[in-house]
Amino acid sequence: MSKISMTVNGKSVSGEVEGRTLLVEFLREDLKLTGTHVGCDTSQCGACTVHVDGKQVKSCTMFAAEADGAEVKTIEGEANADGSLSVVQQAFQDYHGLQCGFCTPGMVMAATALLGKNPKPTELEIREHLEGNICRCTGYHNIVKAIMAASGQDVPAVAAE
Amino acid sequence: MPKDGGIGASTKRREDVRFLTGKGRYTDDINLQNQTYAWFVRSDIAHGTIQNIDTSDAESMDGVVKIFTSKDFEAAGGIPCGWQVTDRFGQPMQEPKHPILAEGKVRHVGDPIAVVVAETLEQARDAAEAIDIDIDELEPVLDMKAAIQDGATKVHDDLTSNLCYDWGFVEENREAVDEAIKNAHHVTTLELVNNRLCANPMEPRVAVADYSQANDEYTLYTTSQNPHVIRLLMGAFVLSIPEHKLRVVAPDVGGGFGSKIYHYAEEAFVTHASKIVGRPVKWTSTRSEAFISDAHGRDHVTKIELAMDENHKFTAVRTDTYANMGAYLSTFAPSIPTWLHGTLMAGNYTTPLVYVNVKAVFTNTVPVDAYRGAGRPEATFQLERVVDKAAREIGMDPAELRRLNFIKPDQFPYDTPVAVTYDTGNYHATLDKGLEMVDYANFDARVAESKARGKLRGLGLAHFIEACGIAPSNLVGQLGARAGLYESATVRVNATGSISVMTGSHSHGQGHETSFAQVVAEMIGIDASQVDIVHGDTSKTPMGMGTYGSRSIAVGGSAMVRATEKIINKAKKIAAHLMEASEGDIELKDGQFTVAGTDKSVAWGDVTLAAYVPHNYPLEEIEPGLEETAFYDPSNFTYPSGAYICEVEVDPDTGKVDVLGFIAADDFGNVINPMIVEGQVHGGVAQGIGQAMLENTVFDENGQLLSGSFMDYAMPRASDMPMFDVDHSCQTPCTHNPLGVKGCGEAGAIGSPPAVVNAVIDALQRGGYDVDHIDMPVSPSRVWEAMNK
Ligand code: FES
Ligand code: FES
Repeated sequence: MSKISMTVNGKSVSGEVEGRTLLVEFLREDLKLTGTHVGCDTSQCGACTVHVDGKQVKSCTMFAAEADGAEVKTIEGEANADGSLSVVQQAFQDYHGLQCGFCTPGMVMAATALLGKNPKPTELEIREHLEGNICRCTGYHNIVKAIMAASGQDVPAVAAE
Repeated sequence: MPKDGGIGASTKRREDVRFLTGKGRYTDDINLQNQTYAWFVRSDIAHGTIQNIDTSDAESMDGVVKIFTSKDFEAAGGIPCGWQVTDRFGQPMQEPKHPILAEGKVRHVGDPIAVVVAETLEQARDAAEAIDIDIDELEPVLDMKAAIQDGATKVHDDLTSNLCYDWGFVEENREAVDEAIKNAHHVTTLELVNNRLCANPMEPRVAVADYSQANDEYTLYTTSQNPHVIRLLMGAFVLSIPEHKLRVVAPDVGGGFGSKIYHYAEEAFVTHASKIVGRPVKWTSTRSEAFISDAHGRDHVTKIELAMDENHKFTAVRTDTYANMGAYLSTFAPSIPTWLHGTLMAGNYTTPLVYVNVKAVFTNTVPVDAYRGAGRPEATFQLERVVDKAAREIGMDPAELRRLNFIKPDQFPYDTPVAVTYDTGNYHATLDKGLEMVDYANFDARVAESKARGKLRGLGLAHFIEACGIAPSNLVGQLGARAGLYESATVRVNATGSISVMTGSHSHGQGHETSFAQVVAEMIGIDASQVDIVHGDTSKTPMGMGTYGSRSIAVGGSAMVRATEKIINKAKKIAAHLMEASEGDIELKDGQFTVAGTDKSVAWGDVTLAAYVPHNYPLEEIEPGLEETAFYDPSNFTYPSGAYICEVEVDPDTGKVDVLGFIAADDFGNVINPMIVEGQVHGGVAQGIGQAMLENTVFDENGQLLSGSFMDYAMPRASDMPMFDVDHSCQTPCTHNPLGVKGCGEAGAIGSPPAVVNAVIDALQRGGYDVDHIDMPVSPSRVWEAMNK
């Protein structure tokens, strides 16, 4: 067991972890931040996507100990300071970019990271960026629209309807 | 009342806020005090005899609370099957025992053998690795046709063979169909495989059980589409726990698509084990485990023949299917290839004679059951592929051949030769709509444009029908269902006028909390924010059958309407008393009760308050309070239909297929929330395109699952999908439910696979290749091989 500490959603936290404890396990089990989900065991689905030091990371591919000293942001830290939905979260609701909600935290974190580095992505760039995030419910159509809308672009121009 | 809250409004989903902020409460988010963790030891051999299970080393490892094997479940029943099919000779299907943990034999990779319950998950997993299991391997039974030959190795030694049943429908038509095919002007024959799929909802299954010794009560939290069904099956048939001592909760559930209908061994395990160890027990499936323990879908091998006369009118359809049941009968498995498949073989057409033969076969593979569409995609795929092939053989436009054989709008209600009566439909309208949306007139120009780039463009059409809104209880009872398929709702009006609706339907992505509230709000004329939908907890909701078969709004919604009507009737009595008017003169509009022809009115809230503070109240006539329950049993299925059109481009050098566009023109009858309906179609179409192009469940010759992770099983990704163009403006409302709705959950997955494959064949034939069928998934290697054979 080793002691680690990090900043999660702006708060300093610390804990004792085994070497094999994954960051997602630390978030879910130790910090009770259950918004970050586990959808696979082969690093394929992206349900566990968080930001570590501002970068999009699958938290099932990283040991908790590797995040020692890092700034971590999870879906629980995504809303605006006053509790209202962030632009990306609001766009997902407005454009029905989620159904069961299980992939959604990962999708929102991935979308936020994309818009951070590419404020006006094309439809193709959005689809390519989501390569590591699987959604079984939406067929991605409305997720793409939501991300377009969150970036301030014209949504009907990409949607066929 | 606000326009955006009632029937027909694309109201934004209220449930989204918790999902978008990480506040959803899925089963794995539940951790109970003093909880233990279960880890299942599963067979890595497809078929074998268990010689010995040595748990001695594992028992003494750190944190181990108890190790379970089948010996600990001797008093328990097997996992029951909910549907008994009768074969074509009048005999019941063969029904093997399905133990919670393997007894004597293992029958598929993933069959659970032992379980470690420990203080932590890591300790449970470590101890599981120390269990030594000695299995004598037997020859695995994998090929369905070989499995039912005389002398084949048996999956279940106590059955007479691997044949579960040999089903014929309509059996009396068997000879007439043979005769019609023999005498036909033209017969088109197609042999095809409907590939085995894994539902793969993004949330893996989880079960957490808590036994309370204080009152001898069990609570099971589980990832289920139908908590009452789990309570009934597990309580009554497996563990002998009476309903009032067993509470089943299905909280937020991360997708189901059928795979979370069934009662699974893990649920019974944790429930029983929590009593034995005296502590809560939690099991969370890994994705790898899900691939070998969740029921799979499809897996049919079929030969279909379509006969037509000299005027190109269809005269008969004959189809022979081998349906894989896997190693055990999952909850609804026997019904899928039979009643949910055979009854759809008339399609949208006036074909007078249909005969469907299905041989259901046991193999040493994971059990197979319903997956989004369940039987109806298998029926639609065969039919819409064979019609397309027939059109190409006779040199007719596939749309025209369909139109010629469609049931006409004035023929409804239409009695099909396969037992069902379609209440409404207008297939010409949906077909025309779809063709208009795809800009059929300019398709040739697009073909030329692709050709200029060295690509082959193709257009594929499918027109589907499905039977959903499952189902009339007395009918399904005759067909072998061991349950009723009604739905329930309790509408509880509170003193201040707000409402809680307890529904037997379950939402695991469908948005019931929003759309169900729209219906009640509209009926009463109050703001939808005043209505809450409660679901997923047997201690809160009346006995209900849950969500599958596109039944929620058609059956569950109808129950809710009936209960709300009772509420309104009683409220009118109270309003009449308050306004000293006759009950027959009371009208309810926009949340106000008025007396016809006067300016008298009382508000909804005044009436609800009077119901709970009955100072001025007709106590001699009616009871105080305002709470009503209704159970709704549908009198027929509902029959959504639609035209699905896919446009693809094939790269002739690599065989790679790109889906350029996908159009869905559906008739769902009336629509409550168009935004949600469109989302359901998008998701269904994506799963159908996934089946057609990417997904396949493959076992090797030893019965090992080769596609057992997301690295090997190709889930559709964002870059595999086009933008979809969906329409539901063609509406022929259902005539036998109060909302006129038909249901939309499965349509996308039913109509899309044949549209995709038809498009690929169209592209290849236009490019001069003599290819008339490719099995799904139409991967680059299969397409390339077909082009270069
Ligand atoms: S759980 Fe991390 S990628 Fe699937
Ligand atoms: S919303 Fe269910 S998996 Fe994406």
